[in-house]
Amino acid sequence: MDTRLDNKKKIALSAACLILFMVFVYFGDIMIRPGSSMKMLITVIEKGSIFALVAASMNLLNGFTGLFSLGQAGFMLIGAYTYAIFTIPADSHDKVYQYFNGGIIKWSIVEILESKLGLAGHYLGMLIPMLMAGLLVALIGFLIGIPVLRLKSDYLAIATLGFAEIIRAFFQWNTLGPLTNGSNVLRKYTTYKNAIFPVMIAGISIAIILLLINSTYGRAFRAIRDDEIAAEAMGINLFKHKEMSFVISSFFAGISGALLAMFQTTISATPFTTVMTYEILLIVVIGGIGSITGSVIGAFLFTAASEWWLRGLDAGKWMGISSSLMRPGFRKVVFAILIMLIVLFYSRGIMGDKEFSWDGFFAWCKSRPAAVKAWPEKRKASRAAKKEARAVKSAAKARAKQAKEEKEARKSSGEGLFTPLVLADHVVVFEKEGRNG
Amino acid sequence: MLAIRNLNVHYGGIHALRGIDIDVPDGKIISLIGANGAGKSTTLKSVMGLVAKSDGRVFWDDTEITSLRTKDIVAEGIILCPEGRRIFPDLTVDENIAAGAYLRKDKAEIARDREWVYNLFPRLSERTWQLGATLSGGEQQMLAVARALMSKPKLLMLDEPSLGLAPLVIKDIFNVIQKIREDGVNILLIEQNAKVALDISDYAYVMETGVITMAGPGKALLSDPRVQQAYLGE
Repeated sequence: MDTRLDNKKKIALSAACLILFMVFVYFGDIMIRPGSSMKMLITVIEKGSIFALVAASMNLLNGFTGLFSLGQAGFMLIGAYTYAIFTIPADSHDKVYQYFNGGIIKWSIVEILESKLGLAGHYLGMLIPMLMAGLLVALIGFLIGIPVLRLKSDYLAIATLGFAEIIRAFFQWNTLGPLTNGSNVLRKYTTYKNAIFPVMIAGISIAIILLLINSTYGRAFRAIRDDEIAAEAMGINLFKHKEMSFVISSFFAGISGALLAMFQTTISATPFTTVMTYEILLIVVIGGIGSITGSVIGAFLFTAASEWWLRGLDAGKWMGISSSLMRPGFRKVVFAILIMLIVLFYSRGIMGDKEFSWDGFFAWCKSRPAAVKAWPEKRKASRAAKKEARAVKSAAKARAKQAKEEKEARKSSGEGLFTPLVLADHVVVFEKEGRNG
Repeated sequence: MLAIRNLNVHYGGIHALRGIDIDVPDGKIISLIGANGAGKSTTLKSVMGLVAKSDGRVFWDDTEITSLRTKDIVAEGIILCPEGRRIFPDLTVDENIAAGAYLRKDKAEIARDREWVYNLFPRLSERTWQLGATLSGGEQQMLAVARALMSKPKLLMLDEPSLGLAPLVIKDIFNVIQKIREDGVNILLIEQNAKVALDISDYAYVMETGVITMAGPGKALLSDPRVQQAYLGE
């Protein structure tokens, strides 16, 4: 039986799943009491969707355009600050910028639009600074891209990493205090009320990234990734497309930065270090370099693990095991070991470079019973293969030992190991295939 | 001496070597000629343990080296000078040569062998501080041979030393190969350039699609009509 669905049904199914998910998130956030363990699920979905967006934007660069860039945390930082600065309510400025005489911006876009348009103005007032965040980061990405994108592979990674650190230091600079509050935190800015907000924004952004990847531009990006010289020979302008991919990736990193600012409710430059970039990279690698669905799955798994499942590793007790090793920071050690194991044994990640599709999903579900049935056989076979390999190894060892003994014996008896060939003084032709001895 | 018996190699489903028997007696230059893809390089690589053998045995004097690891085979005194030179481009000539003595510890002897290879290739001794990449093709081939000799081999296996070189340079290199033999190193030579190889070989094997089809003294093969037609273009 052919389980393929036509496109209409697939779209309907996807839409139904998404709506169901949205409804769950929306009502889940309203109805679940704070403090219950289910609340953690909502938090994971919130933070996971933000990281899914930034991981997808990083994957666009690393997985689809082949540019190994490590600047994502720096770009998120700019996005977060841009959003926060323009949405701090007017009467909170004196409190937030207490060391800088209330700062230089004394108004909030949210308040201005809210007073004119009411509730619609409130949301518009959140969306506009977010868009500004994205655009500003895109502009900065554009400027950084001009020199940096002439570099290749590791050099590009080092340069982008350097820029990210410069950005972080720049935002903590005291002279910029009236704007960025120096090294103090920004707080009291407008945040979303329901978890559905970041989920929707991230969802729409990821959908745009997916559309981009499947467009002509996306094909050009992938051509550049696979072979720059061939791509150039096909008439693809390398620099233009790399710059485009870099700018778009920066834009979405900016948006996710703004969302992260809202999620955290306070923001400072300190946590946007290279460690954060590596976390994003970890998500991309776990999910599969070159798969957006992989990045999304990886983001949720990573967030769930770090915020929820592995919390105990820092707290001294995890799954009933307690050890003096488990003190704050131990989680990071576990993650480091995890990424090494993944890179060594599972470097394709969860999704490899494939995307989710309903056809693939149903085919996978259908193949499960057979796979489960075949599993013992498979295991048996792999065990037998391992056994055989061990046997071959030990046999070789034994042979070597025996040869050594024989050699000693022969040496004492003066007898040769082989008979030399007869080297004739004329040309010999071997008619029969194979042997000449 | 080196003795290869019934050597078989498979690359996946492809049966690349189908029962090769070759002897390299002491004090002789033996060559293995044949067209592209006949299995010449595979023969050398499998002797060195760089390619897995599916059947057959390899003997070195009174030792069986069939299942030894490459580094142990080198320690036994067999060295492969690989196809396409493969010198270290970012090391100087001197460093390249020192790298050839990697497995040796006898400093005084290493110094003596360095003198020896510089005497064999005076061109290199003029360029000890030059980076490998800056040498000409012929000089790079000389460097590759010199580097191989620094392991103090009893058997030198050369894979296509004439590849991509001008006729005059080829002549130079083959003169040195004869000198190396006089210094007591056995030589197993692989060549597509059958004429130069047969000219200096004491004995030669002709290989076709994984099988030895003819054998004989170098000069006799050189004048053999079948060899002339197939490999000498006459």
